[in-house]
Amino acid sequence: METKLESRVRQTRVILNSNYAAAYAVRDADVDVISAYPITPQTGVVEKLSEMIAEGELDAEMIHVESEHSALSAIIGASAVGARVFTATSSQGLEYMHEVLHIASGMRLPLVMAIATRALSAPISIWNDYSDLMNVRDTSWITFIASTAQEVYDSIIEAYMVSEDPRILLPSIVAYDGFWMSHTYEPLYIPEDRKTVLEMLPRRPRYTLDPDNPITMGSIVNPDWYYEIKYQQVEAMKEAYRVIREADAKIEENLGRVYKPVESYLAEDSEILVLTYGGIYGTLQTAVDLLRSEGLKVGALRLRLWRPFPARDLKTLVEDAKTLIVVDRAISYGASIEGPVALETIAALYREGLYPTIASFIAGIGGRPVSEDDFRDMVKKALELGERALKIGSIHWGVRGAEYE
Amino acid sequence: MSSIYRIRGVRDLPREELFAPGHGLCAGCTAGTVIRHLLKISGRNTIVVNATNCVEVSTTMYPYTSWRVPWIHVAFENAAAVASGIETALRVMARKGLIDPNKRINIVVLAGDGGTYDIGLQALSGMLERGHRVMYVLYDNEAYMNTGIQRSGSTPLHAWTTTTPVGKVLRGKMQPKKPIAEIVAAHRIPYVATANIAYPIDMDQKFLKGLQVEGPSFIHVLQPCPTGWRFDPRYGIEVGRLAVETAMWINWEITMGDFKVTVRVPKRKHVKHYLRIQGRFRDLSEEEIEEIQELINKEVERINRMAGEEVIGPLAE
Repeated sequence: METKLESRVRQTRVILNSNYAAAYAVRDADVDVISAYPITPQTGVVEKLSEMIAEGELDAEMIHVESEHSALSAIIGASAVGARVFTATSSQGLEYMHEVLHIASGMRLPLVMAIATRALSAPISIWNDYSDLMNVRDTSWITFIASTAQEVYDSIIEAYMVSEDPRILLPSIVAYDGFWMSHTYEPLYIPEDRKTVLEMLPRRPRYTLDPDNPITMGSIVNPDWYYEIKYQQVEAMKEAYRVIREADAKIEENLGRVYKPVESYLAEDSEILVLTYGGIYGTLQTAVDLLRSEGLKVGALRLRLWRPFPARDLKTLVEDAKTLIVVDRAISYGASIEGPVALETIAALYREGLYPTIASFIAGIGGRPVSEDDFRDMVKKALELGERALKIGSIHWGVRGAEYE
Repeated sequence: MSSIYRIRGVRDLPREELFAPGHGLCAGCTAGTVIRHLLKISGRNTIVVNATNCVEVSTTMYPYTSWRVPWIHVAFENAAAVASGIETALRVMARKGLIDPNKRINIVVLAGDGGTYDIGLQALSGMLERGHRVMYVLYDNEAYMNTGIQRSGSTPLHAWTTTTPVGKVLRGKMQPKKPIAEIVAAHRIPYVATANIAYPIDMDQKFLKGLQVEGPSFIHVLQPCPTGWRFDPRYGIEVGRLAVETAMWINWEITMGDFKVTVRVPKRKHVKHYLRIQGRFRDLSEEEIEEIQELINKEVERINRMAGEEVIGPLAE
């Protein structure tokens, strides 16, 4: 064990997978109520939390609900009376929560949820992709996509900082790759004394169900009010960007780690940029090194913040590049561009007045591995196709039966 | 718990109204009667979790509310899960010193038959199994009245609804009512009771008991609905009373496993008296009425056997 010296807070080096990193963050955030239902590959989070509660390391209660629908509903109830709450899920579990996801954000409750991302049925697959997360895009949850266990830990802390901020009061998701991250052990630093985390997470007063000051929550609204209430959500989500940047600064100041809405690697002088998200970023960085050794000016980008979408950060990073390659791990069936992040990226860059050559790839569906060679070949394919790449829509990489000339 | 310890008559009930007038319930709706009584018993230290239903939509039209106690609605099927979260959170926060640990707050679910018998059954079963201290009040109007009188698992045999019309082939609902209170009782929770707005003191005593137990309690209240049952709004209490007098409905309770009929009926009336004042049974033939009467006769036999004596008497008129 060693202690990281450059941060303000004394920290310990531990070896954890991303599921456990999430659990440690929940412990250090002094969460009061956890409710979850077992689903692979998320289960490790709640198993570890159950152990922590059983050993007295965390003064909380676990509600062992009979479904994910009830898991989210139970923490809505708990949050409505003022508790700090947490849940975790994957894939079908997230889909089963879907209705309640909208209600949670509409009720402006600062819930935090970890998602070990996984492919959706049918056919049933327990392996990783991001179809589950992309499906909940429009539920008004702030969404971080982490790429290391360290980032999972830090992002959960950050999620509470942002969600509980009185300017925001929207729930947050911290997503990471099922199996590739949820079950892969990595070294990370966590504070030696959790008081230092709690100093970043003061308990702030908000409207709660209190018999001494009764309020009505979740009432019915007619057309004369509904839109205004939803517009407040639009504004809160926009405002969340600024609050996230403030939280990033606090994480840096206290824990010594620097996070940006869009992370980059060798992007400054790159003519070609590859944008992706999640644990695959490490592989991409290695691929960039390989391509650079071949003389190509390639850089890597990683979307850390999915909602709110960091359009301006993307603009700044992409401004000087000629080609942008977006590698998605989810499919939006029937869309003009089937990669959901590619679609969003094109819209964002158009908004910002940037028109690089863009290629959209979809890879890693249903847990199929994406290697350095895959990234290298995708870059070469994109360069070969040039402007024609986007006419195809999205290029489904490495799938039998798909050919792109 | 409320400050009331014993209820012998209406004079024992507090005058304070925690359910404000001006709501949009139908004329003659007896759900309002249930809520008024419920809140008189539970008092101010109560959090109400309302499933999606008539009461929810007609008492909280933004920016107004009829609730003088904290109230929350999340969705249709999850009121029991929301209440589980509230109960757990209050317990943890009291232990952690985040709220006053000496204050006992009643947590009451208010759900209709659709939200209980059908879509909410899973969440309810989970809440009962986990043993949360929540009183679940089911106000049963025997169909999806909020969406316009569709059949539910609670709709009685041969009743007309908009999705079980009475035609040449199908004769209203073709299945009998699901015995929800006994399904709940099978979870072996401390207190389960059936009640009826025509017997308010019996109902209020059951609310009081339900709030006093350490664990889940379930009060199933028959709530005659003038709009959906097709009767004159002035007859709500009358219809409720006839339900008991015909033994179409029996007021009972199970306290820690002990079964007791709380409203005895020495001589019962023929079910036609109950059916004839409701439009939803208007088209029934004599045979169909007799079919319902047979079901009741069997149920009375079963109840008497469970009670170990004749608590519901023979058919007299």
